[in-house]
Amino acid sequence: MTDGFVIEAREVRRTLAGAVPVPLVRGISFAARAGEFVAITGPSGSGKSSLLYLLGLLDRPDEGSVLIEGKDTGGLDDDALAEIRLERLGFVFQFHFLLPEFTVAENVMIPMRRLARLTERAMAARATEILTGLGLGAHLSKRPDQLSGGERQRVAVARALANDPAVLLADEPTGNLDSKNAHAVFEIFGKLAHEGGRTVIAVTHDLDFAAMCDRRVQLIDGRVAAPAAA
Amino acid sequence: MVGRLIARLAAAHLKGRRRATLVSVASVATGVGFSIAMAALMEGSERDFVSRIIDTSPHIVMKDEYRTPPRQPVESLFGHGAVALEGMKPKEELRGIRNANGRIAELDAIPGLAVAPTLRGQVLLRYGGKDMAASLSGIDPVRERRVSNLEKDMVAGRVESLYGAANAIILGAGLADKLSARPGDVLSVSAPSGTLMKMTVVGLFRTGVVAIDDAQGYALLKKVQVLENRANVVNEIRMRLADVTRASAIAHRIEARFGYRTESWEEANEGILEVFVIRNLIMYAVVGAILVVAGFGIFNVVSTITYEKARDIAILKSLGFPARDVRRVFLLEGLALGALGSLLGWIFGFGLCQALGTIVIKTPFMAEAAQLPLYYAPKHYAIASAFALGSAALAGYLPARKAARLNPVDIIRGAA
Repeated sequence: MTDGFVIEAREVRRTLAGAVPVPLVRGISFAARAGEFVAITGPSGSGKSSLLYLLGLLDRPDEGSVLIEGKDTGGLDDDALAEIRLERLGFVFQFHFLLPEFTVAENVMIPMRRLARLTERAMAARATEILTGLGLGAHLSKRPDQLSGGERQRVAVARALANDPAVLLADEPTGNLDSKNAHAVFEIFGKLAHEGGRTVIAVTHDLDFAAMCDRRVQLIDGRVAAPAAA
Repeated sequence: MVGRLIARLAAAHLKGRRRATLVSVASVATGVGFSIAMAALMEGSERDFVSRIIDTSPHIVMKDEYRTPPRQPVESLFGHGAVALEGMKPKEELRGIRNANGRIAELDAIPGLAVAPTLRGQVLLRYGGKDMAASLSGIDPVRERRVSNLEKDMVAGRVESLYGAANAIILGAGLADKLSARPGDVLSVSAPSGTLMKMTVVGLFRTGVVAIDDAQGYALLKKVQVLENRANVVNEIRMRLADVTRASAIAHRIEARFGYRTESWEEANEGILEVFVIRNLIMYAVVGAILVVAGFGIFNVVSTITYEKARDIAILKSLGFPARDVRRVFLLEGLALGALGSLLGWIFGFGLCQALGTIVIKTPFMAEAAQLPLYYAPKHYAIASAFALGSAALAGYLPARKAARLNPVDIIRGAA
């Protein structure tokens, strides 16, 4: 790994093509180590989510490079990027995006089934363990529409952790939650970073939650404004 | 494991659009069902017709004519030169197959081939003031039994009865009806040669083919040779094979050997068999069109699902599912609709065939009422399903490809 960074962006630029090109990210360098909990903050349109999608290999930079565990992802094809997302990255979005036809446990098992490294029984046991750890042990066989908003978002966190990723990326994960549930989610992220040794990067516009992180990266107009300690 | 997950996702999507799914499956099933029934009817009628031809007609006929006129000596001498002959008069000669007995003996040596000589000519039958033109074939009853189903088709008297009277004749049942003649009646038979002969009706036959039953008669070969004033002449050698599929090849061999035009049953009925091929092409084109229309239904369902499930596609891709997995989910949905429709179509098609099989038809052109001829064959089911699955695969693939190309970032941004 380059200087011990688990995830790193080097001078990445991303512009939305169109009749009038819209610059989203204008040359950002960013890196995070294992066990770090980083907040990316900034006003709307500052490029927070765009940077997160670049870090999460959901989007490709026009310039610059993204390294995951020291490996440059620039020359990889879409399938290889999908493989890295499956094995090393976990995502939590503002909306839970749980599949409504599947139970809570089945939703968590979806990434495990794609990875196909565990037996069916082992996958079920791991899903149960993760969900129980997040306080959802009583809801394993429920459908997402039988859960509250906070519970659904915790299931989404459990699904992101299914394949034991090195990096957890969260895009406004508390945007649809009340303050109590939002606080609970950020506490979980803190534990995953500090006790689980994962790198957690959360995009948020809420400075109170950003204050719970180890450090904060402030973006303005697609550039890093000032790396500030939380 | 991934396959099971993909199957579960596809099943969940289809369950979510139950009504549209059922309509799509029903349209495929209808197309497949009708395809099977039409194919059974088409092939049934074709086989029925062919079997009638094979049953009622000889498989190979050697005629006293040539496919091409004989070459003139000058043409042989200057074969590569520019030779034009004008004002030639055809040579008057007695028609008939030369050395018929020698050729029959040679043909008798071919294994699996039964041979019978015939002198066929046109005659005028007169009875009770009615005149009817007919085709009269002079036959050898012993050999005839081996090349035709005349014996089986007899409805009154026997073929051997031709030996039982001085001048005996067997008539088609339709022809006898038109003349109001019955066995035992004596007809006046006149040939184009001017010879007139009194002949006694000794039997009647019915093949089921109106064109034959209304215009054909049989007498002993010797009697017809006398009537036609063509002593010892044979103008057709008719042959029947143990294996009808060899007819064309053997006919070619015989023609190459003797020079006389020799037609297999396929060549003799070429026009009709071509019509069957064209009819089948039209039938499959129509059925294909029906199944393509059913494919539009599938396209509609899968397309709608990809639109509705855009968020699911986005999350699956963000979780690390490659585009091919997403494509497989929706392609599987299309194929599942096609397969389910095919399966139900098989049942529907079989039922339709059973129902069609109970219908009895009788037209003025048919000698007797008959059931619709149906032929049951696994290939009809396979062809219909192949059409349906091909159409379903295409209908599923197009939206599947679109779904696989969806950019998850666009959808996630849109959702936020």
